[in-house]
Amino acid sequence: MMGGAMAPVLAFAAADAVTILAVGLIVVALVYYLVSVIAQLRKITAGLDETIASVGEIVQKSAPVNDVVTTINQQLDAGVDLLEGLLVKKAGMSDAVGLVDGMYAGAAAAGFRNFPESSTVKAPRIGEVYTKGTLTLARLGREAPIASGNPAGPALRDVEGGSLAARLLYPEIRQTMPTSLARSPVIGTDAPVQYEQRDDIGKPRKRLPGRV
Amino acid sequence: MILWWIGNLVLLAVVLPVVVYLLRGVLETATSIVPSVQEIAKAAAAGSKDLDAAALLLTTQDQVTKTVAGVANYGGSLDVILDDA
Repeated sequence: MMGGAMAPVLAFAAADAVTILAVGLIVVALVYYLVSVIAQLRKITAGLDETIASVGEIVQKSAPVNDVVTTINQQLDAGVDLLEGLLVKKAGMSDAVGLVDGMYAGAAAAGFRNFPESSTVKAPRIGEVYTKGTLTLARLGREAPIASGNPAGPALRDVEGGSLAARLLYPEIRQTMPTSLARSPVIGTDAPVQYEQRDDIGKPRKRLPGRV
Repeated sequence: MILWWIGNLVLLAVVLPVVVYLLRGVLETATSIVPSVQEIAKAAAAGSKDLDAAALLLTTQDQVTKTVAGVANYGGSLDVILDDA
Protein backbone atom coordinates (compact mmCIF):
# COMPACT_ATOMS: atom_id res chain seq x y z
CA MET A 1 0.00 0.00 0.00
CA MET A 2 2.75 2.44 0.93
CA GLY A 3 4.77 1.69 -2.21
CA GLY A 4 1.80 2.17 -4.50
CA ALA A 5 0.99 5.53 -2.89
CA MET A 6 4.57 6.79 -2.90
CA ALA A 7 5.20 6.16 -6.60
CA PRO A 8 2.93 8.95 -7.91
CA VAL A 9 4.24 11.29 -5.23
CA LEU A 10 7.80 10.66 -6.28
CA ALA A 11 6.80 11.09 -9.90
CA PHE A 12 5.23 14.46 -9.11
CA ALA A 13 8.28 15.42 -7.03
CA ALA A 14 10.56 14.54 -9.96
CA ALA A 15 8.41 16.52 -12.36
CA ASP A 16 8.46 19.48 -9.97
CA ALA A 17 12.21 19.28 -9.69
CA VAL A 18 12.65 19.23 -13.46
CA THR A 19 10.26 22.17 -13.82
CA ILE A 20 12.08 24.12 -11.15
CA LEU A 21 15.39 23.28 -12.82
CA ALA A 22 14.14 24.42 -16.21
CA VAL A 23 12.73 27.64 -14.84
CA GLY A 24 15.92 28.18 -12.88
CA LEU A 25 18.01 27.72 -16.00
CA ILE A 26 15.81 30.17 -17.88
CA VAL A 27 16.12 32.70 -15.06
CA VAL A 28 19.90 32.26 -14.95
CA ALA A 29 20.11 32.79 -18.70
CA LEU A 30 17.88 35.85 -18.41
CA VAL A 31 19.98 37.30 -15.62
CA TYR A 32 23.28 36.65 -17.36
CA TYR A 33 22.31 38.08 -20.70
CA LEU A 34 20.28 40.98 -19.37
CA VAL A 35 23.09 42.04 -17.05
CA SER A 36 25.51 41.87 -19.97
CA VAL A 37 23.14 43.93 -22.09
CA ILE A 38 22.84 46.48 -19.31
CA ALA A 39 26.62 46.76 -19.11
CA GLN A 40 26.82 47.35 -22.86
CA LEU A 41 24.01 49.89 -22.71
CA ARG A 42 25.90 51.76 -20.01
CA LYS A 43 28.94 51.94 -22.29
CA ILE A 44 26.70 53.18 -25.08
CA THR A 45 25.22 55.81 -22.81
CA ALA A 46 28.68 57.01 -21.78
CA GLY A 47 29.76 57.21 -25.41
CA LEU A 48 26.64 59.10 -26.39
CA ASP A 49 27.20 61.52 -23.54
CA GLU A 50 30.66 62.30 -24.91
CA THR A 51 29.23 62.60 -28.40
CA ILE A 52 26.49 64.95 -27.27
CA ALA A 53 29.03 67.12 -25.46
CA SER A 54 31.25 67.32 -28.56
CA VAL A 55 28.28 67.99 -30.83
CA GLY A 56 27.24 70.77 -28.49
CA GLU A 57 30.69 72.29 -28.84
CA ILE A 58 30.46 71.99 -32.61
CA VAL A 59 27.11 73.73 -32.64
CA GLN A 60 28.43 76.45 -30.35
CA LYS A 61 31.63 77.02 -32.34
CA SER A 62 29.96 76.95 -35.74
CA ALA A 63 27.11 79.25 -34.77
CA PRO A 64 28.74 82.51 -35.98
CA VAL A 65 30.30 80.94 -39.08
CA ASN A 66 27.26 81.49 -41.26
CA ASP A 67 27.03 85.20 -40.52
CA VAL A 68 30.77 85.74 -40.85
CA VAL A 69 31.04 83.90 -44.15
CA THR A 70 28.00 85.76 -45.46
CA THR A 71 29.60 89.06 -44.54
CA ILE A 72 32.90 88.05 -46.14
CA ASN A 73 31.10 87.06 -49.31
CA GLN A 74 29.27 90.37 -49.38
CA GLN A 75 32.55 92.23 -48.98
CA LEU A 76 34.19 90.20 -51.73
CA ASP A 77 31.15 90.69 -53.97
CA ALA A 78 31.49 94.43 -53.48
CA GLY A 79 35.19 94.20 -54.39
CA VAL A 80 34.44 92.19 -57.53
CA ASP A 81 31.71 94.63 -58.54
CA LEU A 82 34.10 97.51 -58.05
CA LEU A 83 36.95 95.99 -60.03
CA GLU A 84 34.70 94.78 -62.85
CA GLY A 85 33.07 98.18 -63.13
CA LEU A 86 36.42 99.97 -63.11
CA LEU A 87 37.90 97.62 -65.71
CA VAL A 88 34.93 97.98 -68.06
CA LYS A 89 34.86 101.74 -67.54
CA LYS A 90 38.54 102.24 -68.25
CA ALA A 91 39.27 99.59 -70.88
CA GLY A 92 35.90 99.28 -72.53
CA MET A 93 33.82 96.15 -72.66
CA SER A 94 35.67 94.52 -75.55
CA ASP A 95 39.19 95.10 -74.26
CA ALA A 96 38.16 94.26 -70.73
CA VAL A 97 36.85 90.90 -71.84
CA GLY A 98 39.97 90.36 -73.94
CA LEU A 99 42.25 91.29 -71.05
CA VAL A 100 40.52 88.91 -68.68
CA ASP A 101 40.51 86.16 -71.29
CA GLY A 102 44.20 86.78 -71.95
CA MET A 103 45.07 86.22 -68.31
CA TYR A 104 42.57 83.47 -67.62
CA ALA A 105 41.93 81.51 -70.79
CA GLY A 106 38.27 80.74 -71.28
CA ALA A 107 37.06 83.29 -68.76
CA ALA A 108 35.48 85.37 -71.50
CA ALA A 109 32.81 82.74 -72.00
CA ALA A 110 31.56 83.30 -68.46
CA GLY A 111 31.61 87.07 -68.88
CA PHE A 112 31.43 89.61 -66.11
CA ARG A 113 28.97 89.09 -63.35
CA ASN A 114 27.45 92.54 -63.43
CA PHE A 115 27.55 92.84 -67.22
CA PRO A 116 25.47 90.01 -68.67
CA GLU A 117 26.11 91.29 -72.19
CA SER A 118 29.83 90.66 -71.71
CA SER A 119 29.35 86.95 -72.24
CA THR A 120 28.34 87.64 -75.83
CA VAL A 121 31.28 89.93 -76.58
CA LYS A 122 33.92 88.35 -78.80
CA ALA A 123 37.12 88.67 -76.83
CA PRO A 124 40.01 90.26 -78.75
CA ARG A 125 43.13 88.16 -78.59
CA ILE A 126 45.04 90.51 -76.35
CA GLY A 127 47.04 87.61 -75.01
CA GLU A 128 48.61 87.17 -78.46
CA VAL A 129 49.26 90.87 -78.99
CA TYR A 130 51.07 91.41 -75.72
CA THR A 131 53.48 89.21 -73.90
CA LYS A 132 52.35 87.39 -70.85
CA GLY A 133 54.79 89.50 -68.86
CA THR A 134 53.09 92.65 -70.06
CA LEU A 135 49.75 91.30 -69.00
CA THR A 136 51.23 90.36 -65.67
CA LEU A 137 52.56 93.86 -65.21
CA ALA A 138 49.14 95.20 -66.13
CA ARG A 139 47.63 92.90 -63.57
CA LEU A 140 50.09 94.17 -60.99
CA GLY A 141 49.17 97.77 -61.73
CA ARG A 142 52.19 98.83 -63.76
CA GLU A 143 51.45 101.15 -66.65
CA ALA A 144 51.79 98.68 -69.47
CA PRO A 145 50.64 99.87 -72.90
CA ILE A 146 47.55 97.74 -72.90
CA ALA A 147 45.18 98.41 -75.80
CA SER A 148 47.55 100.94 -77.35
CA GLY A 149 47.40 98.88 -80.53
CA ASN A 150 44.43 97.56 -82.42
CA PRO A 151 43.74 93.96 -81.46
CA ALA A 152 42.39 93.34 -84.94
CA GLY A 153 45.69 94.44 -86.53
CA PRO A 154 48.98 92.61 -86.75
CA ALA A 155 50.54 91.38 -83.56
CA LEU A 156 52.83 93.89 -81.87
CA ARG A 157 54.82 91.15 -80.26
CA ASP A 158 57.61 89.64 -82.31
CA VAL A 159 57.70 85.95 -81.65
CA GLU A 160 61.45 85.74 -82.36
CA GLY A 161 62.36 88.78 -80.30
CA GLY A 162 59.63 88.94 -77.73
CA SER A 163 61.77 90.87 -75.26
CA LEU A 164 61.16 94.10 -77.17
CA ALA A 165 57.68 94.45 -75.71
CA ALA A 166 59.07 94.21 -72.20
CA ARG A 167 62.03 96.48 -73.07
CA LEU A 168 59.67 99.23 -74.19
CA LEU A 169 58.43 99.47 -70.64
CA TYR A 170 61.81 100.77 -69.45
CA PRO A 171 63.23 104.31 -69.85
CA GLU A 172 64.15 105.42 -73.35
CA ILE A 173 67.76 104.68 -74.37
CA ARG A 174 68.17 103.12 -77.78
CA GLN A 175 64.97 101.36 -78.73
CA THR A 176 63.60 104.33 -80.72
CA MET A 177 67.02 105.22 -82.13
CA PRO A 178 67.39 108.78 -80.79
CA THR A 179 69.53 111.29 -82.74
CA SER A 180 71.34 112.74 -79.74
CA LEU A 181 73.02 109.61 -78.51
CA ALA A 182 76.67 109.98 -77.46
CA ARG A 183 79.02 109.11 -80.31
CA SER A 184 81.85 106.63 -80.24
CA PRO A 185 85.44 108.08 -80.67
CA VAL A 186 86.64 108.37 -84.29
CA ILE A 187 89.99 106.86 -85.19
CA GLY A 188 92.06 106.86 -88.35
CA THR A 189 94.00 109.33 -90.52
CA ASP A 190 90.98 111.59 -90.96
CA ALA A 191 90.04 111.55 -87.30
CA PRO A 192 89.36 114.98 -85.78
CA VAL A 193 91.92 114.30 -83.05
CA GLN A 194 95.39 113.28 -84.27
CA TYR A 195 98.19 112.00 -82.09
CA GLU A 196 101.97 112.14 -82.79
CA GLN A 197 103.41 108.90 -84.08
CA ARG A 198 105.95 107.28 -81.81
CA ASP A 199 109.41 106.73 -83.26
CA ASP A 200 109.89 103.30 -81.82
CA ILE A 201 106.87 101.85 -83.49
CA GLY A 202 107.89 99.45 -86.23
CA LYS A 203 111.55 99.26 -85.12
CA PRO A 204 113.25 96.24 -83.45
CA ARG A 205 112.55 95.84 -79.79
CA LYS A 206 115.24 97.19 -77.44
CA ARG A 207 117.31 94.61 -75.63
CA LEU A 208 116.68 94.33 -71.96
CA PRO A 209 119.55 95.65 -69.74
CA GLY A 210 120.24 92.38 -68.00
CA ARG A 211 121.09 90.44 -71.16
CA VAL A 212 124.46 90.53 -72.97
CA MET B 1 1.41 13.60 -15.37
CA ILE B 2 2.51 12.89 -18.89
CA LEU B 3 1.49 16.37 -19.92
CA TRP B 4 3.64 17.75 -17.15
CA TRP B 5 6.67 15.90 -18.40
CA ILE B 6 5.92 16.98 -21.93
CA GLY B 7 5.71 20.57 -20.62
CA ASN B 8 9.05 20.16 -18.89
CA LEU B 9 10.53 18.76 -22.04
CA VAL B 10 9.23 21.66 -24.08
CA LEU B 11 10.53 24.07 -21.45
CA LEU B 12 14.02 22.63 -21.60
CA ALA B 13 14.20 21.78 -25.27
CA VAL B 14 12.38 24.73 -26.82
CA VAL B 15 11.79 27.65 -24.48
CA LEU B 16 15.24 27.76 -22.93
CA PRO B 17 17.13 27.64 -26.28
CA VAL B 18 14.81 30.26 -27.76
CA VAL B 19 15.31 32.53 -24.75
CA VAL B 20 19.06 32.06 -24.90
CA TYR B 21 19.09 32.65 -28.65
CA LEU B 22 17.09 35.86 -28.41
CA LEU B 23 19.06 37.23 -25.47
CA ARG B 24 22.32 36.36 -27.16
CA GLY B 25 21.24 38.28 -30.24
CA VAL B 26 20.37 41.31 -28.15
CA LEU B 27 23.72 41.13 -26.38
CA GLU B 28 25.68 40.81 -29.63
CA THR B 29 23.82 43.76 -31.12
CA ALA B 30 24.44 45.91 -28.04
CA THR B 31 28.09 44.87 -28.04
CA SER B 32 28.49 45.80 -31.70
CA ILE B 33 27.02 49.24 -31.07
CA VAL B 34 29.64 50.17 -28.47
CA PRO B 35 32.64 50.52 -30.88
CA SER B 36 30.53 52.56 -33.28
CA VAL B 37 29.45 54.91 -30.53
CA GLN B 38 33.03 55.29 -29.38
CA GLU B 39 34.15 56.08 -32.94
CA ILE B 40 31.35 58.63 -33.25
CA ALA B 41 32.44 60.21 -29.98
CA LYS B 42 36.03 60.43 -31.24
CA ALA B 43 34.91 61.92 -34.55
CA ALA B 44 32.73 64.48 -32.81
CA ALA B 45 35.59 65.44 -30.50
CA ALA B 46 37.93 65.79 -33.48
CA GLY B 47 35.32 67.86 -35.33
CA SER B 48 34.93 70.11 -32.35
CA LYS B 49 38.70 70.53 -32.17
CA ASP B 50 38.87 71.33 -35.88
CA LEU B 51 36.39 74.12 -35.35
CA ASP B 52 38.71 75.84 -32.89
CA ALA B 53 39.99 77.86 -35.86
CA ALA B 54 36.49 79.11 -36.63
CA ALA B 55 37.09 82.01 -34.28
CA LEU B 56 39.80 83.20 -36.69
CA LEU B 57 37.05 83.87 -39.21
CA LEU B 58 36.40 87.08 -37.33
CA THR B 59 39.98 88.14 -38.09
CA THR B 60 39.51 87.06 -41.70
CA GLN B 61 36.35 89.11 -41.89
CA ASP B 62 38.18 92.15 -40.56
CA GLN B 63 41.06 91.62 -43.00
CA VAL B 64 38.69 91.22 -45.94
CA THR B 65 36.91 94.41 -44.98
CA LYS B 66 40.20 96.29 -44.82
CA THR B 67 41.41 94.76 -48.09
CA VAL B 68 38.23 95.65 -49.95
CA ALA B 69 38.42 99.15 -48.53
CA GLY B 70 42.01 99.42 -49.79
CA VAL B 71 40.97 98.12 -53.20
CA ALA B 72 38.16 100.66 -53.26
CA ASN B 73 40.59 103.47 -52.49
CA TYR B 74 43.01 102.19 -55.11
CA GLY B 75 40.19 101.90 -57.65
CA GLY B 76 39.04 105.40 -56.85
CA SER B 77 42.54 106.72 -57.48
CA LEU B 78 42.77 104.78 -60.75
CA ASP B 79 39.41 106.14 -61.74
CA VAL B 80 40.81 109.66 -61.35
CA ILE B 81 44.22 108.98 -62.95
CA LEU B 82 43.17 106.92 -65.99
CA ASP B 83 40.93 108.14 -68.73
CA ASP B 84 37.76 106.31 -69.53
CA ALA B 85 37.60 104.11 -72.58
